[in-house]
Amino acid sequence: MSAFIDIIINPQFGYSVLRVSTPILFAALGALISDKAGVINIALEGIMLMSALTGVIFSAITGSAFFGLLMAVIVGGLVGLSLGYFSLNLKTDVILAAVAINMIALGGTIFVLFLVAGDKGISSSLPSKVLPKINIPGLENIPGIGPIFSGHNVLTYLAFLSVFLIWFFLYKTPLGLRIRAVGENEHAADSVGISVIKTRYIALVISGVLAGFGGAYMSMGYVSWFSRDMVAGRGFIALAAEAMGGATPVGSMLASLLFGFFDALSNSLQLLKIPYEFVSMLPYAATVIGLVIYTIRKTEQIRKIQERAAEAGGA
Amino acid sequence: MSDAADVILKMENITKVYPNGIIANKGVDFSITAGEIHGLVGENGAGKTTLMQILFGLNHPEKGRILLEGKEITIGNPNAAIAFGIGMVHQHFMLVPSLSVAENLVMGVEPRKGVVLNLPEAVRITRELSEKYNLKVDPQAAVRDLPVGTKQKVEILKALHRGARILILDEPTAVLTPQETDELFDELKLLKDEGNTIIFISHKLNEIKSLCDRVTIMRAGKNQGVFNVSDVSEQDISRLMVGRDVILQVEKGPAEPKETILKVNDLTIVNRFRKNAVDDISFSVRKGEILGIAGVEGNGQRELVEALTGLGKYAEGDIGITGKDIKKLSIRGIRDLGTSHIPEDRMTYGCAADLSIEMNLIAYKHDHPDLNKNLLMDMNAIKDISDDLVEEYRILCSSPQQEVRRLSGGNIQKVVVAREFSSDPKLIIADQPTRGIDVGATEFIRKRLVTLRDDGSAVLLVSADLNEVMELSDSLIVMYGGKITAYIENASSITEEKLGLYMLGLESQGDDEIGRVCHD
Amino acid sequence: MTKSQRLFEIYRTGLVILIALLLSLVIILLVSDVPGEAMKLFLTGPLDSLRHFGNVLEMMVPLLFTGLAISVMFSASQFNLGAEGAFFFGAIGAAFIAVNWNLPPVIHPMVAILWGGIIGSVFCGIPGFLKIKWGSSELVSSLMFNYIAYFFGLYLINYFLRDVNAGAMVSYPFAESAKLIRIIPKTRVHFGLIIAALAVVFTAVFLHRTRWGYRIIVIGRNIRFAKYAGINTDRAILLSQVLGGFIAGAGGSIEVLGLYRRFTWQLLPGYGWTGIIVAILARNNPIYIPVAAFFLAYMRIGADIMSRSTDMPNEFVAIIQGLIIILIAASSFLAKQRHKMVVKEAML
Repeated sequence: MSAFIDIIINPQFGYSVLRVSTPILFAALGALISDKAGVINIALEGIMLMSALTGVIFSAITGSAFFGLLMAVIVGGLVGLSLGYFSLNLKTDVILAAVAINMIALGGTIFVLFLVAGDKGISSSLPSKVLPKINIPGLENIPGIGPIFSGHNVLTYLAFLSVFLIWFFLYKTPLGLRIRAVGENEHAADSVGISVIKTRYIALVISGVLAGFGGAYMSMGYVSWFSRDMVAGRGFIALAAEAMGGATPVGSMLASLLFGFFDALSNSLQLLKIPYEFVSMLPYAATVIGLVIYTIRKTEQIRKIQERAAEAGGA
Repeated sequence: MSDAADVILKMENITKVYPNGIIANKGVDFSITAGEIHGLVGENGAGKTTLMQILFGLNHPEKGRILLEGKEITIGNPNAAIAFGIGMVHQHFMLVPSLSVAENLVMGVEPRKGVVLNLPEAVRITRELSEKYNLKVDPQAAVRDLPVGTKQKVEILKALHRGARILILDEPTAVLTPQETDELFDELKLLKDEGNTIIFISHKLNEIKSLCDRVTIMRAGKNQGVFNVSDVSEQDISRLMVGRDVILQVEKGPAEPKETILKVNDLTIVNRFRKNAVDDISFSVRKGEILGIAGVEGNGQRELVEALTGLGKYAEGDIGITGKDIKKLSIRGIRDLGTSHIPEDRMTYGCAADLSIEMNLIAYKHDHPDLNKNLLMDMNAIKDISDDLVEEYRILCSSPQQEVRRLSGGNIQKVVVAREFSSDPKLIIADQPTRGIDVGATEFIRKRLVTLRDDGSAVLLVSADLNEVMELSDSLIVMYGGKITAYIENASSITEEKLGLYMLGLESQGDDEIGRVCHD
Repeated sequence: MTKSQRLFEIYRTGLVILIALLLSLVIILLVSDVPGEAMKLFLTGPLDSLRHFGNVLEMMVPLLFTGLAISVMFSASQFNLGAEGAFFFGAIGAAFIAVNWNLPPVIHPMVAILWGGIIGSVFCGIPGFLKIKWGSSELVSSLMFNYIAYFFGLYLINYFLRDVNAGAMVSYPFAESAKLIRIIPKTRVHFGLIIAALAVVFTAVFLHRTRWGYRIIVIGRNIRFAKYAGINTDRAILLSQVLGGFIAGAGGSIEVLGLYRRFTWQLLPGYGWTGIIVAILARNNPIYIPVAAFFLAYMRIGADIMSRSTDMPNEFVAIIQGLIIILIAASSFLAKQRHKMVVKEAML
């Protein structure tokens, strides 16, 4: 037990929580944007995977980590766009379209990896780059705090900055207003000439871009290579985090940190000779439990909101 | 009046076929002149709403063209319609409940400060517009907290803010109280005086007579004619709408009420907003009588029906059906007591539209021994029973295997009614049983209700259609604000005017009078 | 559905498959150095020997089970994606019985399959339970349960069933009495194919000819109507998820007992996801599941054969499968033609 407490109070653990929360946070914000527009995006998982591979390939080709990042994010946006095309234009059920994208991502990344790196498992033969870490002057020297908050990958800082950016975007800009209007009552938005399809496209592209950042972080920050199925359900966890966070930016961040905590814990517990498989299960089990606790608490409230919407929309 | 020079908008030879095969408009011509209030009437399903949706870019015709001030235009979407100065106030409000009035008003044409939404400016615009047109709203109130009449004002303001010169109002009075309706008419006349053109969709002929300059009559997807309102009588319009004189009279003998079937005691239902939607009411319905509940929608009728049928919960009081307390019973348990329910919204509760007529007809009976042989369902028995019901209830369909979705509204309602009436009901709860269906089906269903009453069912009729509730009921109660404000033992003895006073809560009977509705 | 609509759906499905095949050929043409050889193996490889055709039938078995499982769960309009985890964990359950128990032949696999099925029921039942009890999204929780099934399953295998003398991470060998018999000589096609055929018939009858199936289908089309008509929707939803889980879990058990001597999976096999395509191709109708499963099995085996003797990786099949889901589920694909057909019928 004392070994357990030692792990948690170690600043290294705090650092680790932020590090592992980063990809989940990006994806959770992606889930948030599309959810606000009334589309559930379970393709985040596949998008992260494709972006992770894209980042590795393009940083290896050009020798520039930032070019790799750029391409990863563009691919993320494009996949978001194609999910929009499938669900909004072809009218494929958005969940099934996303399942298809995830399937294509899982097989397709291995396919491309084999063509590019000659291996179906890992990209170690590619000279890919990683994104830089940033030490924050002043902060890094404060004992106890500095080691937790300083020296992270640039994308970790961007992820937490995005929480504010997304909040500002959703609640303070005309486009944010439109996204919320489309998500809450699409007929209302439609009737005043707001293009529901266009708004959802925009939301899905932003959602894809955010997942793209998350994917790039996986292969160019979290680790320095691409391996098959390396996202390992983080895109799905992010959906749960967004739901648990009450579909708000700050709530999504707090829920992502909670999962980050369990993820970090599972990494650390492996040092204590607790079986790896058992420990690996923790973040997923925590997600289910978190989701259930959240829904039990919110069942009542959610129903209230929905009925209100139904009354106002259908009266 | 119809001088070609004045014609501001013209629709020619419009034909629209829906993906389910229903032909909503067949070669319709329609034109309006500048500065008039033009009535568009027709039974539900006559194609009025479709025609207007085409005009507003929400629907696209297979054939036909639209001319605005003589120039042919294409209206691909509402944006284009708005750009042409066409605005629409829909039957179902197009508002976002969690946003404020000002946010709803500027949605789509938001004032900006740099990249940021300029909310104070939105509030200012709302206030200014609301004063200019004398449509009073609070710009900062959340829309979900507003009463219906105010929501409608927000809708009209929204259209005006977008520069609408031609305003389409789709059955705007359906949800309003008579007072709110009068207020709306004054506002519309004011708008007309300022040079706007208004298309007013309705099927209430007295409203057309008092408000409109001209009227276009539609029936079964076709235009039946355009008239100056002053030149035609309500009877003329009605004849063109339905093709014959409306028989509103339902022939029925006097009721012979027997023992009490439904007994409601001190019932209170608390809704999601923690308000008493139904507030301490008591009444009873006896075998062999039709008790009508009159009242403006939203005065607790929906919650009451949900509680009676088990779809909703209730806080206090007792409901007894055939002497049994239903508090702890499931929906199934309540049905097994002999309760049938015609739901208010047939597409939401009344049917599974993607399944066949057959599968819909057996919903309640599907596990009945008659329809099952051991573990399996008896498909022959199901077919027989469905064939019989389709014939008995004259459900127009290609076969009982046809999907319900492909039927007309009236025939869908007949499927619902056939299922609910065929289980020997002791108690029938009929909630808006003929809403939005054709005259033929309406008459059929009303006659059936009377027959069932005569055969010994107790009927509780909830209807917002004043004619229906007055014609069909033996006795009446009026609900206002969750309370019973009047009991009229002989429904034919009361006038519409008097009933209106009760419905609006302007008058109320004493407790003694109301208490007479409880028979023991 | 009228006859012309049904014909139209068949035409639409055929067209999608044709497009998918054409895309496969384009990919092969772009990537492979020996496109002619690769295409030939992909399209006709499964037919060039009894062994290869046997591979197709073997591959069909798990797809039949997961396809059926998903069509039962989706029929109630529940997006429970837990068939993957149920299949995997059911197989682990069966492996325990096959390794540790001593039972006579016939009885032994029956018990193991039953046990695997029960475990699968629990795995798909929990997300269903959380949904009806508290409204937790079955989609998210079932996705999490797949990972829980995976890691917990590996933990059980590696700590309780692992044969330390074997070189790889595998279980102790199964008892001979637990294995399913082979039914076609010179192939590995096992008795599971016959069980799968029975499962197809059972599921079809269950969904379309019993009161329990009726309830599930009504719920899937309009749950509010089902409630209004007095159906206990919670119970029926749970039944559909438990039954779906049972079929998936039993399928996993049959797969390991039919094809393997030990439990060897170190990754989720992915049949749960492929089962979604099977179910979508078959429009959730059990009767069409065998056709869909055969098509997908044929394509996968074709790709495997091709990848073994050419430079084409077989993963490109995943891309084709994704495309099939999107097009089949795309309601507006060919919607114009359908609309024209409807207009024509209405105008008559």
